[in-house]
Amino acid sequence: MEAKEINPNIDRNEKVISIRGLKKAFDDFEVLKGVDLDLFKGENLVVLGRSGTGKSVLIKIISGLLYGDEGSVNVLGKEVGTLKPRELDALRLKIGFSFQNSALYDSMTVRENLEFPLVRHAKHMSEGEREELIHYVLEAVGLAQAINQMPSELSGGQRKRIGIARTLILKPEIMLYDEPTAGLDPITCIEINNLINEVQRRFNTSSIIITHDLTCARAVGDRVVMLLDGQFQREGTFEEVFDSHDERVQSFYNYNFID
Amino acid sequence: MDLDKDKPGSAPARRRYVTTRRLDRIFVELANIYRFNARFFKEMWFPPYEFKEIIKQCYEIGVRSLPLISLTGFIIGIVFTNQSRPSLADFGATSLLPALISVAIIRAIGPLVTALIAAGRVGSAIGAELGSMRVTEQIDAMEVSATNPFKFLVVSRVLASTLMIPALTMYTTLVSLLGGYLNVHQNELTTLTTFFYQVFDAITFLDIVASSVKSVIFGFTIGMVGCYKGYNSSKGTEGVGKAANSSVVTAMFLIFIEELLIMQVINAIRAF
Repeated sequence: MEAKEINPNIDRNEKVISIRGLKKAFDDFEVLKGVDLDLFKGENLVVLGRSGTGKSVLIKIISGLLYGDEGSVNVLGKEVGTLKPRELDALRLKIGFSFQNSALYDSMTVRENLEFPLVRHAKHMSEGEREELIHYVLEAVGLAQAINQMPSELSGGQRKRIGIARTLILKPEIMLYDEPTAGLDPITCIEINNLINEVQRRFNTSSIIITHDLTCARAVGDRVVMLLDGQFQREGTFEEVFDSHDERVQSFYNYNFID
Repeated sequence: MDLDKDKPGSAPARRRYVTTRRLDRIFVELANIYRFNARFFKEMWFPPYEFKEIIKQCYEIGVRSLPLISLTGFIIGIVFTNQSRPSLADFGATSLLPALISVAIIRAIGPLVTALIAAGRVGSAIGAELGSMRVTEQIDAMEVSATNPFKFLVVSRVLASTLMIPALTMYTTLVSLLGGYLNVHQNELTTLTTFFYQVFDAITFLDIVASSVKSVIFGFTIGMVGCYKGYNSSKGTEGVGKAANSSVVTAMFLIFIEELLIMQVINAIRAF
């Protein structure tokens, strides 16, 4: 897999997410031990780390599903931990969250899944405009033909795509991908990686991609950070992160057979 | 004096620790139940109102329960009449059968049987559905798309259950009375008009009000327990099974307790 060319449209002067000193513990287990992180406008940032290191916890805190114990999480100029429910909802409309298992509403068809956020948050749209938008995002993820199917009739890769389409329908500024290639075959992984890059280009989003798949990290990341022992230990391009004598970094690399 | 009894790690200290943890859990659970109920009563008044989902759930709870309720109610009517006849026949009072059936079915059997069947069918379905949505992150997905999952999932189901269980109770009562009528008609050759005249003659307005109030409370209980168990389920697929199971068991337990309490209140009102 070719390394990704860094997106020239990244604005290094504009931070869309800024995290400082974030700590989070579950009972006595401290998952995040003072994390600092910036996401720049237009950037795809990959967060690498082994399972259980708190990668998913990090993006759940960013989207307000969990709260940090200490530190600040600033998203699009708003301090997430201090927002009132309505303010948090307003912020969430600008964030798209693609879940590890897609989290499609399994009692609804693909069309109803995509309509669900629109009916609630785009009330000004006519039925025709809604239909047009649904077709547009489905076409963007290459699954226009699946519009009337139930989630149970879709493959893992298709479910991931529809999950991404559902988050794109409200035109978010930030995308959070939780393990986008987990459980998929290598060819579908490449398709999902291409889709993540396509979303960045076409919808001009800034993204955090949580993964332990190095092929994915190399294919989609403009910048890569590595979470080790509750803190970001390495940061840079894919090559810079793994140009290290740190045993933990090397063993992580060696277990992912790339190239 | 046993000097070891308060040492950390000693058997009495461990027992005290376990007891304290259990008590902690009970109080935390009670606080969570209170918060869940309070949130329901707070959120049901404010927009957005999920009318479409409420109607869908009314259909799921009400219409889809009809075949089971019809069969059960009808058979209970026949069996109850058949089993009551010999006792009345001993005193030559089989003409009182319609009155007996009426009082028993309208006051107790109708609401109770409907609630127990609904607890099994509806309570478990709600618990399993919400539990599965919780463990597959569908509830989180609603939340991050700025939709209130509590309002969409919980308020709609509890309202639908509270509305539909009384309707089902009325239907079960009618079907049971019809079952009873068929049995009475076959043995005593009573006409439908005479049967229902005697049925309504035996009951009071208070019986109907009490039955309706009871079924509203049962409906609320079934919906609320199913939603609470499902919404707060965890531990993957095992949690889904537990949520479905404990929805049924808890709802049935509460229904019997409520039946007992309401009966006492109604008897007190009747005596007054």
